[in-house]
Amino acid sequence: MDKVIEIKNLSFTYPDGRQGLKNVDLNVYPGENVAVIGPNGAGKSTLLLHFNGILRGNSTVKICRLPVEEKNLKEIRKRVGLVFQDPEDQLFSLNVFDDVAFGPINMGYSEFEVKERVARALGWVGMGGYEQRSPHHLSVGEKKRIAIATVLSLDPEILVIDEPTSNLDPRSKWSFIELLKQLPMVKIIATHDLELVRALCGRTVVMDEGKIVADGNTEDILDDITLLKAHGLAH
Amino acid sequence: MKHSFIDEYSDLDSFIHRLDPRTKLIASLAFIIAVVLTPASNWRVFVFYFCIIAVLLILSKLPPLYVLRRSLVIFPFVFLIAVFIPFFKEGEIAGSYNIWLWQISVTYSGLFILANVMVKSWLCILGLILLSSTTRLADLLKGLRQLGVPKVMILILSFMYRYIFVLADEVMRMQRARDSRNFGGSRLHQIRTVGNMAGTLFIRSYERGERIYAAMLARGFDGQIRTLHKLSFRQTDAYFGAVFCLMLIFPCVIWW
Repeated sequence: MDKVIEIKNLSFTYPDGRQGLKNVDLNVYPGENVAVIGPNGAGKSTLLLHFNGILRGNSTVKICRLPVEEKNLKEIRKRVGLVFQDPEDQLFSLNVFDDVAFGPINMGYSEFEVKERVARALGWVGMGGYEQRSPHHLSVGEKKRIAIATVLSLDPEILVIDEPTSNLDPRSKWSFIELLKQLPMVKIIATHDLELVRALCGRTVVMDEGKIVADGNTEDILDDITLLKAHGLAH
Repeated sequence: MKHSFIDEYSDLDSFIHRLDPRTKLIASLAFIIAVVLTPASNWRVFVFYFCIIAVLLILSKLPPLYVLRRSLVIFPFVFLIAVFIPFFKEGEIAGSYNIWLWQISVTYSGLFILANVMVKSWLCILGLILLSSTTRLADLLKGLRQLGVPKVMILILSFMYRYIFVLADEVMRMQRARDSRNFGGSRLHQIRTVGNMAGTLFIRSYERGERIYAAMLARGFDGQIRTLHKLSFRQTDAYFGAVFCLMLIFPCVIWW
């Protein structure tokens, strides 16, 4: 089967000398929902930033068989929708419409298509009618939904989300999980929230200190208390 | 936390609100130029201009008290700049005071200019309040963009407007955290703490800037700023523009 993400022996060192990733191997196949779990500072976010070339390490990452290189960046960023943890960072425009339209406009779609994509993306996350609202006046749950819409408007094949449920109350969290369940694309989710992992992801990757320390079926990994304890995920 | 935006009331609906931002921008600019260039002795013209702006304010359905309160904000600034004019302007002496050896005299023409500066700046600020309270900032920026203001400036202004409240919230949280640890002690210590907070805020903003840039890159940003053109210049705009300009010129014709 074709891999949607292929990473071989990837290492990354931050400019200040801190090692972010060490020899990471990861293959993701179509239809998978993958959770990336691990303690704070394990390198989860660093790994996510490699999926669309914001960070580039020493070895090639391939997205849908395209190597992540300067000339492919535009195509890759269209296929990989990356949603950042803090929606205040993700939503930088003065109103919701401009934010959701930002990606499609950058891709050079026509005005008609941009509007259609914005309407569709907002419909998917249940936020139709919010086009002219200012992001600052939305609730955290609403901001998170709009943040997802800002990448859905590009019709990505892979949705990469950093900490989707942080700062959400249980009700918003579960309705958010329901929303994510309904999205058909491959999802890669970095989180500490093991309830979310169990509800949404079939496969789980455990990271610690920049390395992948376990990779397998979610049930198996979450039931392995010794493994979780060893990496600060249970006490 | 909710903040009152500078474009408060811009989501009301009125004839003025529905005008194209470009029409309003140009009209405001024309109004300010006309007010500033009117000679000080022509007080009737100022009354006339005040009537224009008052009619527009009524048409725009803005709460009068709100407009008045906002317009008063300008006075301390103007007063500080203009307060010395009566003492330095030459002319007929209105009053002269001796303090020991020094003599201070106030002239009529100086007082007249001071009053005139106040009236002019008040009229201008009323015009700007009308503009900013009837136009969403996003639309205003779009209008400026289409009038040829460089994209980078527009982007900076829009980021400023988007994040100033995020920063205000951050400052508020920092102050709360500071006060809950019994902020006090010597004056020097307090100043140092405030300095540290400013530094922290700067670093946080810098890091936020980096994250926002990453979020922009992730959605295909390549340094080119692109926008959809949505503003439409309608017939009402043409009519309004024409009538408004005629009104501005009107006093020149009759009182020239």
